[in-house]
Formats: sequence, C-alpha cells, structure tokens
Amino acid sequence: MGLEVETAVKIAAYTGGGIAMGLGAVGAAIGEGYTAARANLAVSRNPEISGDIFKNMLVGQAIAESASIFALVIAILLLFMNTGTPTMLKAAAFLGAGFSMGFGAIGSGIGSGYPGGEACYGISEQPAAGSQLTTNMLIGSAVCQTPAIFSMVVALMLIFIDFGNVPLTPTWAAFMGAGLSMGLAAIGSGYGGGLAAGASCEGIARTPQTAASVTTIMLVGQAVAQTPAIFGLLVSFILMFKSFPESSALATPMALLGAGLCMGFGGIGPGIGNGMAAEGAVRWVARNVEHANDLMRIMLVGQAVSQSTAIYAMVISLVLIFVV
Amino acid sequence: MAIEGVEIVKAAGYIGAGLAMGLGAIGPGVGEGMVAAKACEAIGRNPQEAGLLTRTMLVGQAVSESTGIYSLVVALLLLFVV
Repeated sequence: MGLEVETAVKIAAYTGGGIAMGLGAVGAAIGEGYTAARANLAVSRNPEISGDIFKNMLVGQAIAESASIFALVIAILLLFMNTGTPTMLKAAAFLGAGFSMGFGAIGSGIGSGYPGGEACYGISEQPAAGSQLTTNMLIGSAVCQTPAIFSMVVALMLIFIDFGNVPLTPTWAAFMGAGLSMGLAAIGSGYGGGLAAGASCEGIARTPQTAASVTTIMLVGQAVAQTPAIFGLLVSFILMFKSFPESSALATPMALLGAGLCMGFGGIGPGIGNGMAAEGAVRWVARNVEHANDLMRIMLVGQAVSQSTAIYAMVISLVLIFVV
Repeated sequence: MAIEGVEIVKAAGYIGAGLAMGLGAIGPGVGEGMVAAKACEAIGRNPQEAGLLTRTMLVGQAVSESTGIYSLVVALLLLFVV
C-alpha cells in the first residue's frame, strides 16, 4: 500500500486532534462534576447563601474548564492549520502533539475540581470565610493547571517548530515519545496537586484563622507534586531537541519510544502519591496548626520517598536515550 | 526494510524495559503517598509520637518500594543483559 506523504500527514493530524480533544474532555468534565456535586450538597446544607455558592461553583468550574479549552485549541490547530510541506516527520510530530495535550489535560481537569467543590462546601459551613475560600480555591486550581500548560507547550512545539533536516528514523519515535512522556506524566501531577488544593479549602473552611499556614503548606506540597510533570517535560525536551544519528535498526526508535513511555507512565504514580501526602499534611495543619513544622517535615520526607520511583523511571529513560 | 530476528528482540527489549519501569513506578508512587498522608494525619492527632510515626512511615514505604525495585532490576536486565 503506497501511502502518500500528504495523506499520512493528514491522517496523523486528524488522529492527533481527535485524541487531544477526546481525552482532553475527560478530566475537566469529571472535575466540574465533582465541583457541582459538592455545590449541591452545600446548597442543601445552607440554602440562604445559595447565591454565593453558585457563583463560586461557576468560577471553580471555569478554571477546571481551561484544561479542556487548551485541548480544544490544539485540536482545532491540528485539524485546520496549513502545515506547509508535508513530511513523515511532521506526521509523527502531530500524533505526538495529540498525545501530549490529550493525556496532559486529564489530571489537571480532575484535580481542579477538588478545590472548587471543597470551597463551595466550605462556604456553606463558614460563610464568613467566603472570600478567603475563593482566593485559596483560585490559587490552588491555578497551580493545578500547570501540568496541562506544560502539555500544551510541548504540543505547540511539536506542531510548529521546524526541526530542520533530521533523519526520519529514529526521530519519528523521539517525537512520539516526547508527546507520551509529557502527556502521561502530567496526569499524576495534575490530580495530586488538586488533592492538596481541595484539602486546603476544606481546612480553611474548618479553621479560617489558620489560612496562612494552610496556604503555605499547600503550595509547598503542590510544588513537590508537580515535579514528576517537570521530569516528563525534561525528557520530552531531550527527545525533541537532541539530534539522533540516522539508523536503520529497529531497536533505536523503539528505545526512544520506550523512553517516552517509561517517563510518562512513571510520573503518574508519584504525582498522585505526592498529592495524597500533601493532602494529608494540609488537612491536619488546619486541625493542629501548632505542629505545622512537624507536619511539613514529615510531608516532605514522605514525598521524597514516594518520588523515588519517578527518579528510577527518569534514569531508565535517560539510559534508553543516551546509552543504548 | 528487512528486519532481522535479532533486531526485533532488541527492539522488544527496549520497549519492554520502558514499560516495565514506567508502569512499575505507578504502584509504589501511589502507595507510598497514601502512607505519607496517613502519617501526616497521625502526627496531627498525636504530635508527641512524631519520631515513632516517622520511623513507621519509612519502614512501610520501604516495603512498598520493593516492587518498584523489582521493576528497576528487570528494566536494567532488559537493557543490558538480555
């Protein structure tokens, strides 16, 4: 079957666009649903301030929506943009871009739902803390969106950068690996960051006077939870920008694809785990603020151990890229 | 492109190494995070026992790490030995 290059590029662009939007819609929908569910509970608990709760729900949902709007933008670009001279390399890059944005939006979408929901419920419990809750919800959700933003950056780079005269094999696998590495690794970090932000809203609703300590430990915990996504971004950049010598062996492209899969999947678990650890710490700083330092310490120790498999995954990825 | 048998084996080995370490990192990451979360809760409830609780957390996380280490070993075997 002789596949013309133009056809192959179009196939890859449409498939990538479909994957980007299809997967990108999943996370935001789940997250916004969680926010709405908690908002309903909040209104049933305290119907007099349903106006405030409703407003807060819409704002929270808007932030969760942003992940899927990034995905929509990438999908529209892939579908309609005139891509210049078609090359098979562009086909691989478009597919990689679709993977990157599609997977990357899942975690951030789901994660951003937690602070929205908890803020809504918190307003019903503690209406006086309303503005503090909304502020904290915005901060937490914004940090939670960063993996989706990294994913969009990688997708845009794969779509737009002219990589010059690099050989087709093994660079096609490097581009697909780059997309997978960023997209998959973003899932865990997005979700984990959301857990921490949700716990902070719940904590502030419970004890508004501890808001400063709670926000601090939330930001520290979220920062650590973002690191698997940063590892994914690093491996993604290495795969995109390192020049690979031409090779007709099957093993070399498979090694690069393997590197992308390794870092991508490897970022999921530690991202979620770091988020859970941060959630526990944030929840209990709100309840026991005198021992905030102890809690910060054990959160960081626990997160460091939980991070270890992400580091193994990055090591194996780098070995696959540089050594074999 | 005529692919030799040896080539396919090497290629499969690399993909296998990537999947082994990648998927293998998910479980310990989530599990150790759960341990850390509950340790934070325990210290929040009972801060005087922080030392004992930290030690228990680390031992629990080390056990949970074991499958991650198996994945690392298998990945390295697939890369360098097989």
